[in-house]
Amino acid sequence: MKILVGVKRVIDYNVKVRVKSDNSDVDLSNTKMAINPFCEIAVEEAIRLKEAGIADEVIAVSVGSNASQEQLRTALALGADRAILVETEGVVEPLNVAKALAQIMAQESPDLVILGKQSIDSDNNQVGQMLAALTQRPQGTFASKVSIADGSVSVTREIDGGLRTVKLTMPAIVTTDLRLNEPRFAKLPDIMKAKKKPLDTTTFEQLGVTPKQHIQLDKVEAPAARQGGIKVSSVDELIEKLKDEAKVI
Amino acid sequence: MTTLLIAEHNGLELTSATLSALTAARQLGGDITLLVAGDNAQAAAEQGAQCDGVSKVLLAQDASLAHDLAENLSALIMAIADGFSHIMAPANSVSKETLPRVAALLDVGQLSDITAVLSDDQFQRPIYAGNAIATVTSHDAVKVITVRAAAFDKASLSRGTASIETVEVPADTALSSWVNDELTESERPELTAAERIVSGGRGVGSGENFALLEALADKLGAAVGASRAAVDSGFVANDMQVGQTGKIVAPDLYMAFGISGAIQHLAGMKDSKVIVAVNKDEDAPIFQVADYGLVADLFDVLPELTEKL
Ligand SMILES: Cc1cc2nc3c(=O)[nH]c(=O)nc-3n(C[C@H](O)[C@H](O)[C@H](O)COP(=O)(O)OP(=O)(O)OC[C@H]3O[C@@H](n4cnc5c(N)ncnc54)[C@H](O)[C@@H]3O)c2cc1C
Ligand SMILES: Nc1ncnc2c1ncn2[C@@H]1O[C@H](COP(=O)(O)O)[C@@H](O)[C@H]1O
Repeated sequence: MKILVGVKRVIDYNVKVRVKSDNSDVDLSNTKMAINPFCEIAVEEAIRLKEAGIADEVIAVSVGSNASQEQLRTALALGADRAILVETEGVVEPLNVAKALAQIMAQESPDLVILGKQSIDSDNNQVGQMLAALTQRPQGTFASKVSIADGSVSVTREIDGGLRTVKLTMPAIVTTDLRLNEPRFAKLPDIMKAKKKPLDTTTFEQLGVTPKQHIQLDKVEAPAARQGGIKVSSVDELIEKLKDEAKVI
Repeated sequence: MTTLLIAEHNGLELTSATLSALTAARQLGGDITLLVAGDNAQAAAEQGAQCDGVSKVLLAQDASLAHDLAENLSALIMAIADGFSHIMAPANSVSKETLPRVAALLDVGQLSDITAVLSDDQFQRPIYAGNAIATVTSHDAVKVITVRAAAFDKASLSRGTASIETVEVPADTALSSWVNDELTESERPELTAAERIVSGGRGVGSGENFALLEALADKLGAAVGASRAAVDSGFVANDMQVGQTGKIVAPDLYMAFGISGAIQHLAGMKDSKVIVAVNKDEDAPIFQVADYGLVADLFDVLPELTEKL
């Protein structure tokens, strides 16, 4: 079985972004970049399926600038077998990413595609669902458990009211939630070995996809800052403030 | 301009998130058609027909719609999408999984989680866990939008008299099938609809200790929420997670116990009207957003607070 995983290069989740002074975007110069945390979970799940003997090849794909090679190398160090970079400049909208991934699916015929549920930069939560629609395949979004048996995949999904398990025909698209697994760290020898693993580069043009602009970014602002509050010194004072000042109890 | 609003409901009534999304839809100005889909949704459709601003209700009932499978629900929406300029839904787990499918089938982009309607094609939405607010313009003929309920007031139910029309449901796609649900049973208010929330983090220490929070919540008529650390540690169920990748809430009162205040948590609750934080670390970042902070041990504070209220 072949698994395709999506790997997006994003700001490190520990870094608090700043808005540029001209409000054109956020300032990413000199910020620490990383694999989107949900994609790390996707890579981990694929590798575990390989270790369990269920999968025999894991391919990591990223759509982005040349710098995304760094994140693909990390995925290779973690255990992916090879990587594909769809090289492009600037921000890529989810539908364009999904179209590129759909072409790669057509070329590679994976049995399972695992993506993150959400990019922590754009907070879109779209690509997996869009890819499933474009390829007319089923989806198991926000997965906290994935199991494969008899040519189908069972996905336990985190939904608003709790958990829901669905069974998908394959090939299927799965998107990861936080509880699916705890990703490992890459070990130094594996990082060295990953340098020799194949990393192919392609482009939208080579894939026959013309990216379109659907949504234009007009401006970016900092959110309204919250007024700093006060410290109270006792439970009695807290109750008094909530009753008489805030009037919420 | 005509908007198709996808209702979220429990068969009997619309959720409060749907009423908030309706407010956003009304700000667009055009006619609003409400789609109520499910296996047994007549009562919810009747309630929808009474909502201020809804001019028509489409009722789609079929066994294939019982468990909100995105493959089937998106096929239904595609079957009726023709002629609508906007397709909207509250940003709940059902539409988060379904609407991007619809957008892709229409070959348009999706605007996720909007917090303001500036015009019929310009909107605001938070990015980077709410650390930046983007103003965006859609260039697509059809705008597919999910609405952050916490950012809009609920539309009122009046004695509106929209007509209810039954629509044909496309055949089951059979791409996926429902196996089972493990839903969290609770007598307390639902997190995203609650006016008060009592939330606990890693500092609460265990699932058993959450009983202390529940006792306070019961006194206040509040819902109980949690940080990711509390959910990951198995103290409470996943659907209680508040934050960037959990539920977004904006109650009148949010009380955080033993939560440090990571940006991902703040993203889900910093628009609450009044925030209270109880933490034994006086430098915890949660205090930067708290209206009232109390540096103390939560195990001392909770019983005393519950008793004195
Ligand atoms: C991709 C991604 C998505 C995420 N999404 C979310 C999300 O949606 N929601 C979310 O919450 N987090 C999310 N996180 C996790 C987030 O970064 C933090 O790790 C998490 O919020 C920490 O939870 P916590 O505050 O309960 O735990 P900690 O940070 O460990 O804080 C525990 C706090 O409890 C205090 N404490 C301990 N004992 C006591 C006591 N007896 N009395 C009083 N105070 C006490 C401590 O001083 C400390 O401040 C996400 C992270 C990633 C990477
Ligand atoms: N540029 C990209 N390259 C590779 N995968 C991506 C890219 N953008 C999004 N994805 C995948 O889709 C998931 C959801 O992203 P989004 O819909 O942007 O929130 C991510 O976690 C990735 O797995």
